[in-house]
Amino acid sequence: MKASNSAPQDLIIVGNGMVGHHLVEQLVERDAHRHYRIRVFGEERHLAYDRVHLSEYFSGRDADDLALSTADYYEAHGIELHLNEAVTAIDRDARELITPRGRYAFDRLVLATGSYPFVPPIPGGDRDGCLVYRTLDDLDAIREVARSATTGVVVGGGLLGLEAANALRGLELDTAVVEFAPRLMPMQVDTEGGELLREKIEALGVQVLTDRATQYIEDGDTGRHRMVFQDDKLLETDLIVFSAGIRPRDELARDADLEMGERGGVVIDDRCLTSDPAILAVGEVALWQGSIFGLVAPGYQMAKAAADTLCGGGLTFEGADMSTKLKLLGVDVGAIGDAHGDRSPGARQFRYFDQLKQEYRKMVVSSDGRKLLGAMLVGDNATYDTLMQYYANGLELPEDPASLILPGVEGAPTLGPDALPETASICSCHNVTKGAICEAIDAGCDDLGAVKGATRASTGCGGCAALLKSVVDSELEARGVEVDQSICEHFAHTRQALYSIVRVEGIKTFGELIEKHGHGLGCDICKPAVASILASCFNEPITDAAHVPLQDTNDTFMANMQKNGTYSVVPRIPGGEITPTRLRVLGEVGEKYGLYTKITGGQRVDLFGARLEQLPDIWAELIEAGFETGHAYGKATRTVKSCVGSTWCRYGVQDSVGMAIHLENRYKGLRSPHKLKFAVSGCTRECAEAQSKDVGVIATEHGWNLYVCGNGGMRPRHAELFATDLDDDTLIRYIDRFLMFYVRTADRLQRTSVWRENLEGGLDYLKEVVIDDSLGLGDELERQMQTVIDNYECEWAGVLSDPDKLKRFRSFVNDERPDPDIIVTEERGQLRPA
Amino acid sequence: MTTATAEDLTMPDTWQPLCTSEDLVAHSGIAARLETDDGPVQIAIFYLPGHEPALYAIDHHDPFSGANVIARGIVGDVAGEPVVASPLYKQHFRLSDGQCVEDEQVKLRTWRIVLHDGRVMVQG
Repeated sequence: MKASNSAPQDLIIVGNGMVGHHLVEQLVERDAHRHYRIRVFGEERHLAYDRVHLSEYFSGRDADDLALSTADYYEAHGIELHLNEAVTAIDRDARELITPRGRYAFDRLVLATGSYPFVPPIPGGDRDGCLVYRTLDDLDAIREVARSATTGVVVGGGLLGLEAANALRGLELDTAVVEFAPRLMPMQVDTEGGELLREKIEALGVQVLTDRATQYIEDGDTGRHRMVFQDDKLLETDLIVFSAGIRPRDELARDADLEMGERGGVVIDDRCLTSDPAILAVGEVALWQGSIFGLVAPGYQMAKAAADTLCGGGLTFEGADMSTKLKLLGVDVGAIGDAHGDRSPGARQFRYFDQLKQEYRKMVVSSDGRKLLGAMLVGDNATYDTLMQYYANGLELPEDPASLILPGVEGAPTLGPDALPETASICSCHNVTKGAICEAIDAGCDDLGAVKGATRASTGCGGCAALLKSVVDSELEARGVEVDQSICEHFAHTRQALYSIVRVEGIKTFGELIEKHGHGLGCDICKPAVASILASCFNEPITDAAHVPLQDTNDTFMANMQKNGTYSVVPRIPGGEITPTRLRVLGEVGEKYGLYTKITGGQRVDLFGARLEQLPDIWAELIEAGFETGHAYGKATRTVKSCVGSTWCRYGVQDSVGMAIHLENRYKGLRSPHKLKFAVSGCTRECAEAQSKDVGVIATEHGWNLYVCGNGGMRPRHAELFATDLDDDTLIRYIDRFLMFYVRTADRLQRTSVWRENLEGGLDYLKEVVIDDSLGLGDELERQMQTVIDNYECEWAGVLSDPDKLKRFRSFVNDERPDPDIIVTEERGQLRPA
Repeated sequence: MTTATAEDLTMPDTWQPLCTSEDLVAHSGIAARLETDDGPVQIAIFYLPGHEPALYAIDHHDPFSGANVIARGIVGDVAGEPVVASPLYKQHFRLSDGQCVEDEQVKLRTWRIVLHDGRVMVQG
C-alpha cells in the first residue's frame, strides 16, 4: 500500500470462503487494513473453513477443526465481519452494497462468492432427501437424512462426487456413485485409468455405475427414491447427493451489469479487475481468459494478485497449472498438465499398466521425446513429484523417459542440482524453491544448517535432505566457498584424497598416515575408512597389530556382532554351490555350538549366537572341513549369487555356476568403500537377480552381458547394461577395471549405485574409462586388482595359526567363563536372544 | 605410560591385578572382570600408548544396547578427548570419565587403573 494521508477508503469483500479469507490474509500481510476500512460479508453462519477436507466432518473433525481462522483474527486487524448476511445487490452508481440489513458504501469491492453445486434438471431432483455437497450446512442436512437411511447415491463421479461418496461411506451408508460419462473422473483420467479407479473403488464396497443418465426420480419400493436411467434401468436409494459440477455464484455481478462470460462467470483481467475497475473478482466466480478455475490453489493465486492490485502493486494472475495430486477414497490419483495428451499435437505417450498391483502411469511427451507435457497416475502417486519437476520446469527428460514411470527403476531422482531451475521446488513441505535457497546463501548462510534454519527446508518430512544438501553444496561451491569435504575432524581430506596419498606415498599404516597428514587419535569414521583403503591397496591381513585397532568390531573379530553382543558366522560358499558333506558340517557345527541357523539372501548359511570365545573353535572346525571366511562382516566382496545354469537347466545358455565360482574366488577378500554383491544368471530369465547387484552378469547365446551399479536393499536401483556378449577374459578385465575404479574414486560407505549416480558424465563416462581406457588407467587398475588377488589369504586361517592374535578371542582377560549376561531362549526349535 | 606411585597402592586390598601388560592391545580395548563391593563388574580396559594417561578402565556394559561390548569399540578422540565408540549403536563415551558424548544423561562408571611391575592394577 502506498502511503497516503487521505481518509481511509472502504473496501468490501463479498464472500468468506477459502479464497475470500485468503484475500484477507494477503491484505493483512500487506498492511492494507491500516489504509482501508475492510468489511467482509459471508452468507454462511460459519467463518471461512477448509472445504477441501469437508468429508472429514463425518470422520471426527467439527466446524472448529475445519475453520481457517477466528473471529479474533478479524477483530484484531480491525476487519468488520458480517456473517450470515447474504448480499442482495450492488448499486454501482451509488457505490453501495445492499443487504437485508442495510446499505454499505464502498470504494473498492471484491467478489469472492465462489460457486454452487450444479443440480441437473431432472424431474424429481428436488424431492426431500435430494441434497448437495458444498457447505457445512449441506453436510448437516446429509447427516440428518442419513440417520434413517441405509443406502445413498452420489450423482457425479468427478473429484467432488468421490469426496461426497467418501462422506456417505463415513455415515455407514451402502454407497453408489452414478456417473454420466463412461468412466469416473473423466476430466483427470482416461479409459484405462478410469477402469482401474473403478476397480479400486468397487473393492471398497462402493457401487460404481457409469454411462448412466438419470431420467427422473420417483417413489421407490425398497428405498425412499427410485432413480430411473436412460435405458429404463433402476436404482433404489434412501438419499441422493448431487455433485455434478459447479457453477459460478455470479448473480450479483450479472445484476450489476458487469461483463460476464457466455456460460457464466465474471470476466477479470490479469489484475483481477472486472469491467468496472472499482470491482474485482477472485476464485470460482471469476472467469479468466475463458476459464473458471475449480481448485483452491489458483484461487489463492488470484487472491494474491487482487491484494496486490488493491495495494497499488503490479503482481498479476498468469493462469494456473491444474495439475493435481489427490487421495480419493484412499486411492491415489494424479494428473499433470496435458494428462490426456489431446491438447498437444504430435505428442507421444508412454504407459505402464499393472492390473495386479493396480497401478497405472502414463506420460505425454513432446514428439522428440525431450519434454514432459503431461502425466496421469492412478493407484500410486509416488512418481508425481519427480514428474512435476520435469513438467513445471521444462527439464530435459532422461534418455530413456520410460524409466520415470517403470517400477523399481531409479531414473529420475538423479536430477543434478545444476539442472534444476530457480523455480524448482526443493522442499515441498515448506514450499522452498532452489531460488529461495540461493537467496539464503547470498544473505550469508554458509552451510547446510544455516540454510535449513533460514528457509525451513528439509525440516518437515525430511525427504528432501539429500537433494537439499547437493543444492547447497553446489551453490556454495559455485560461489567459491570451500565446502568442507573432510572425512572427519582428524583429516582435512576426502576419502579419495587419502586413497591417493596412501598410494603415491606408499603409506602402509594408519599411524604413519595420521602423523603425516592428520592429527589426533583418529576416530570410528576415519579409522575403518583408512583400514579399507590400506586393504584395497596392499591387502595385508586386517588382523595385523597395526591394523586391528582400526577395524570395526565385525572386522576385528571377523564375525557379525548381533544385538546381544554375540556374533554370527558366515562361511564362504562360492556361487552358492555346496557339497552335501560340507552342508552337513555346517549343520554339525550349528548343533554343537547351539547356533541359530538361517539361509541368507546371498545363497549362504548364517550361524547366529556364537560367543566371542567360541569363534576360534567354530572356525577351526569349518576350516578343517575346507571352508574359508565369507567376509560377511566386511565392506568387501560378499557373495556371487547364481542360478544353476546350462549344466542342469533346460533354458540355460552358459555355465553360470562355474562363472560365479570363478568370480567369487577371484574377488574374495577385496575390500572396498562398501560391500560388493555379484550375481550370475545362466540365461535371460535372470533367476539370479543379477540386475539388482553391484556387478551382474547374464549369459547370452554368445557370451555374457555385464550390468553394473545395481542395488537392492533400502534404495533399490536397477543395474545398467554396461557391455554385451563378452567372452570370459574381457568380462573379467572389465570387472577388474570397474571395481578398482570404484574403489579408487568412491566416498566412504558409498555403494556403487550412489557412486554411479554422482559420477559426472554418468554411465557413458564409466564406459569410456573402463572399455575405451580414456584415462589410460586400464593396466594400472588391472595390476592393482592382481595385487589384491595375489595377497589374498583367509583371515581366519591366519588368526588360528597365530597365538597372539587368538588372545583377542577371550570373554575376559582374567576369567575364562562366558559373559553371564548372554541369555537365550528357544523358539521354533532353535535358540535366540531372550 | 602411567606407573603406580606408592600412594596409589596404600590400600592394597582394593587394588586388583587383572592382567599383564602383555594382554593389553595397543589403541584398543580388552574386557575384564573386577570384584567390587557391589559384586562382580565387567570392565573395559583401553590402552593408548604415548598418550597421557595411557590406561583407562570403564564399564564394559553398553547402556544403549544392554550388551557387554564396550571393550570391542573403536578408540579415537573427539576434539582431543579420548573416546570409545560403542560397536552396536555407535554412541561415544569419554574414556576419562565415562560421559556419553551424545546423551548427557548417560555416563559409564570409571575405575582407577595403573600399571605396576608389568601388572595392570584396577581399584575395585
